[in-house]
Amino acid sequence: MMKDPAISIEDLHVSYFGNEAVTGVSLSVNTGNLVGIIGPNGAGKSTFLKAMLNLIPKDKGAVRVMGKPIAEVRKSIAYVPQRNDIDWDFPITVLDAVLIGTYPHLKLFRRPKKKDKEWAMECLQRVGMQEFSKRQIGELSGGQQQRVFLARALAQKADLFFLDEPFVGVDVSSEETIVQILKELCRQGKTVIVVHHDLSKANDYFNQLILLNKELISYGTVEEVFKPEVIAKAYKGQFAFMNEIGVSL
Amino acid sequence: MAFIEAVMQYGFLQKALLTSVMVGIICGVIGCFIILRGMALMGDAISHAVLPGVAISYMLGVNFFFGAVISGVTTAIAIGFVSQNSRIKHDTSIGIMFTAAFASGIIIITMLKSSTDLYHILFGNVLAVRLSDMWITLGISLIVLAAVYLFYKELLVTSFDETMGAAYGLPVRFIHYFLMTLLTMVTVASLQTVGIVLVVAMLITPAAAAYLLTERLWMMIFLASGIGVISSIVGLYFSFTYNLASGATIVISSTAIFILVFLFSPKHGLIWKTLKVKKKRASLV
Ligand SMILES: Nc1ncnc2c1ncn2[C@@H]1O[C@H](COP(=O)(O)OP(=O)(O)OP(=O)(O)O)[C@@H](O)[C@H]1O
Ligand SMILES: [Mg+2]
Repeated sequence: MMKDPAISIEDLHVSYFGNEAVTGVSLSVNTGNLVGIIGPNGAGKSTFLKAMLNLIPKDKGAVRVMGKPIAEVRKSIAYVPQRNDIDWDFPITVLDAVLIGTYPHLKLFRRPKKKDKEWAMECLQRVGMQEFSKRQIGELSGGQQQRVFLARALAQKADLFFLDEPFVGVDVSSEETIVQILKELCRQGKTVIVVHHDLSKANDYFNQLILLNKELISYGTVEEVFKPEVIAKAYKGQFAFMNEIGVSL
Repeated sequence: MAFIEAVMQYGFLQKALLTSVMVGIICGVIGCFIILRGMALMGDAISHAVLPGVAISYMLGVNFFFGAVISGVTTAIAIGFVSQNSRIKHDTSIGIMFTAAFASGIIIITMLKSSTDLYHILFGNVLAVRLSDMWITLGISLIVLAAVYLFYKELLVTSFDETMGAAYGLPVRFIHYFLMTLLTMVTVASLQTVGIVLVVAMLITPAAAAYLLTERLWMMIFLASGIGVISSIVGLYFSFTYNLASGATIVISSTAIFILVFLFSPKHGLIWKTLKVKKKRASLV
């Protein structure tokens, strides 16, 4: 028997007030891949991610996750948005923010127990933020906040991870830590989808790439997608940028 | 301590005290969620929007609780509908809808009854609390406290990070309207003590003071209720002793507490913050 793909998408269309942001994307991602979504600014990467998770309405298309409609598998999905529109002055500590990651698996009316707190601490440790556990969430730098949200995603014990630009504002060594964590997740058989805009590192970080610019330009292994002529199709018009990263036409 | 003797002696004062203590507690609890969700204006709106419901209940001779909840929740839905289906921003939508509800309430009441009723609904008269009102307040308090205790997780997540809540499958829209329903009930309970016009102060001022004192939500909730209770008792004392409007004295008491906290809170207070900055700068000279 064939295993259900982690994600299968058929003819996905999304628009904002009549303006198409994503058109006619169909693809399916198998379990255990670390997939990068790349494309220029405004290509619809974030929109694509949110529409997959049914966080914004889609005009057309079917999305199935592990063979099921998304509503049935929400608890096995962790999503880290591009910009967290949260109130950084909220009265919550770093550890408690990570602890929220355990909520999806807690029954109604139940509170997190000691072992949940230990698990949250362990996740915080994996992103190297344990010493900040008692800080109020706003008393961190941008990169540290980003790592806390990754820790919260880890605390969710999800099977699928969706991260939108997790490396923005993160320094080189933290970026390396995060990449190692994501690769480790894939080795454990999780599926990880990451929106990423820095083409230069894309081939080191991921094993598959989705190249998007409103429509699906290309999807496949890094070797298949990361070719100048393919990339050029998505980044048409942005020659200066292409030269900068060493892709010649 | 004539006040304590009077409380021992007079039934009406006991009812007033118990009712305003309960109102202080639940206003503090719900107020925390209201200010953390940036819905202070919504609190003001819903409290005003219960007026037509209260008026119609009087007209039909039913308990004003039902009418108030219906008109409060309807207004909350109307506000959401207008802001989601047009480019009108949320605060503008709030301004349009609650004034409309409030205005219709005033018209209904003036057509119906004498203006003293309107005066009591608008400004509260805690010394005239009837036994049945006290029981309603107790019932509302139990419902509100139970709801917040039982759904604490869900309320925390959706107040802190609604997107995460939606992503793992919480019915965020429903939770919003659920909270609006609780808010309406708290408003109704507060009608007796502080009146429609000043409810928003009881919701926001104690919670805001608590917000300056702690970094933990549950602690903030306890502090806000505590501050609400102290304001209620102190306010009632002044209202009784100097024959002043109870709503006004209760609100001024909570404002006084807020000012103290604003100045002296250990971490966020103006004075300590200034001192710390000064000390640091002096050490660098
Ligand atoms: N809330 C919105 N309302 C209207 N249009 C929107 C909205 N969000 C995005 N868009 C439009 O949809 C298109 C895709 O946006 P999206 O945020 O998905 O791009 P992106 O690929 O994630 O870009 P970036 O690399 O800058 O994050 C853009 O043209 C954008 O202007
Ligand atoms: Mg984006």
